[in-house]
Amino acid sequence: MTAEIRQLEIFAARIRIGSLEAIKARGFGHVGGSLSIADTLAVLYGAVMRYDARNPHWPERDKMVCSKGHAGPAVYATLGLKGFFPYEDIKTLNQPGTNFPSHCDRLKTPGVDMTTGSLGQGTSLAAGMALGDKLKGRDSRMYLIVGDGELNEGQPWEAFMFMSAQKLDNLTVFVDWNKKQLDGYLTDISDPHDFKKKFEAFGFHTQQVDGNSVRAVYEAVQAADKVKGRPRAIVLDTIKGAGVKEVEDTFSNHSMTVGPEVFDRWINSLKEKLAALEEEVAHA
Amino acid sequence: MPKIVYDGSMDPRTFKDVIGGTIISLLEGDPDVIYVDADLMSTIGTYKYHQEHPDRAINVGVSEANMMGVAGGLAAAGFKPIAHTFGPFASRRSYDQVFLSAGYAHNDITVIGTDPGVCAAFNGGTHMPFEDVALYRAIPTATIFDITDTVMLESVLRQAVNLPGVKYIRVGRKNAAKVYDEGSQFTPGKAIKLREGKDITLVACGIMVHEALQAADTLAREGIEAEVLDMFTIKPLDEAALIASARKTGAVLAAENHNKIGGLYAAVCEALSRELPTPAGFVAVNDEYGEVGPQDYLQERYGLTAANIAAKARELLKKK
Repeated sequence: MTAEIRQLEIFAARIRIGSLEAIKARGFGHVGGSLSIADTLAVLYGAVMRYDARNPHWPERDKMVCSKGHAGPAVYATLGLKGFFPYEDIKTLNQPGTNFPSHCDRLKTPGVDMTTGSLGQGTSLAAGMALGDKLKGRDSRMYLIVGDGELNEGQPWEAFMFMSAQKLDNLTVFVDWNKKQLDGYLTDISDPHDFKKKFEAFGFHTQQVDGNSVRAVYEAVQAADKVKGRPRAIVLDTIKGAGVKEVEDTFSNHSMTVGPEVFDRWINSLKEKLAALEEEVAHA
Repeated sequence: MPKIVYDGSMDPRTFKDVIGGTIISLLEGDPDVIYVDADLMSTIGTYKYHQEHPDRAINVGVSEANMMGVAGGLAAAGFKPIAHTFGPFASRRSYDQVFLSAGYAHNDITVIGTDPGVCAAFNGGTHMPFEDVALYRAIPTATIFDITDTVMLESVLRQAVNLPGVKYIRVGRKNAAKVYDEGSQFTPGKAIKLREGKDITLVACGIMVHEALQAADTLAREGIEAEVLDMFTIKPLDEAALIASARKTGAVLAAENHNKIGGLYAAVCEALSRELPTPAGFVAVNDEYGEVGPQDYLQERYGLTAANIAAKARELLKKK
């Protein structure tokens, strides 16, 4: 098990590096929220989800909707590393005519299961997709990622009620509770109070875990997938910018514009961590 | 070609019965059709079916934005969703969701917005969409229908579920004048010439078709020969039919149960100004909000009457 966890940590480090390499190509982008969700993406695409990178539209696959669509760079890095398309393509992020726009687009990027970007909308779409899979008799699972700032919106709470009413036990919601939205701290802008209690009140099986620990996330997903008769929520206690100390320590780290030398410094710090993890695996 | 049986009398069938009946018939005939509603099933007679088939007719609750997203997700899963709510909630309330979760993401859905414009009657201004067509016209490649009678409704709804993109059907729930013979089939995007004329073109949709036909009778008694087009597909507009008629008559009056901004009149003017600049006028809501009252009162209040069409036609003819 520890060896698997190490592999997931390596995958998460590579997702972080890929996110920054993609954003670096333009010099600006959604750094904080891409880094905070990297561990969950590593768990989902590294150990949990059923998919075929050569057949991204396979109807029986498990699906992932990243409703916080601005985490596109992290999603693209994940999919590129898993062979949905050549990894280097992610460096065309936001270039004219690219298949890798800021926000996830199912029509452009192989492996992106749903178009998102207008915050909140991915929740209802995921609900409809999960319900549709059930009605079509598919045993596919739906993994929905929402941002904590995104939950300022009203639509997700409509969708959560619907998921519960429809007993969508093929759906798991991850809340990337990284404590910050674009302008600052959630508690200063629109305090969400207790996400865990909220999801419990909405009828969800709910867990709250360290969202920047692949082991904690992996174990939470394993537990969630056993729940029958109701949807599941996993509140991810994360750090915005997780994995790059300098980004974590920057107050305004939602979308960042920095020079290539700064990106290189961040990428190199991650590469050092990656090398240490690989060293550990090699000597295990 | 649809067969015209118009004599001014009312259709014995209500739109409500035909909306509900056609949805149920589509659900029973095609396992891929699925229907979602935002707690207004009882208003179109589908609630009983929902109780018997909760997996085919799904009540998402009073959450129109969520409903459009759920419909989009169901489309992605391989279904042909029909989403129903009242017109204002099917358009302005859930616009971003229809625009993005359905349109932009290429999740094809059919939206039925009931009680358009003054048909909202006793629900009043909050429920009275005079802007829904304007909003849907701005969704790229959306198809928009304003329904004239129950025969048209059934034909259009049956075809709409299989058309690509976002489809919006605005239709009342009470009964309207009967215009078309049973079994008539309608081609989306193809206007119907209800009356030949050489002096002026009356282009109408929805409840205004009946008013336009009555106005044409009035004008005929004065020696004015009005041509009447039923432009039931507002987008894509049948520009060929419009231009051909305008070329013949030299004057076009658009009549719609909608704001003059962004609806049929606007679409007609856009086409005419580009292809064949022609004097044009409108019988439409003159940039106002809705209000409460019986439909006949509201039609008078906003000038959506045969008498006003005849009056505006006479004025327009002076500009020829």
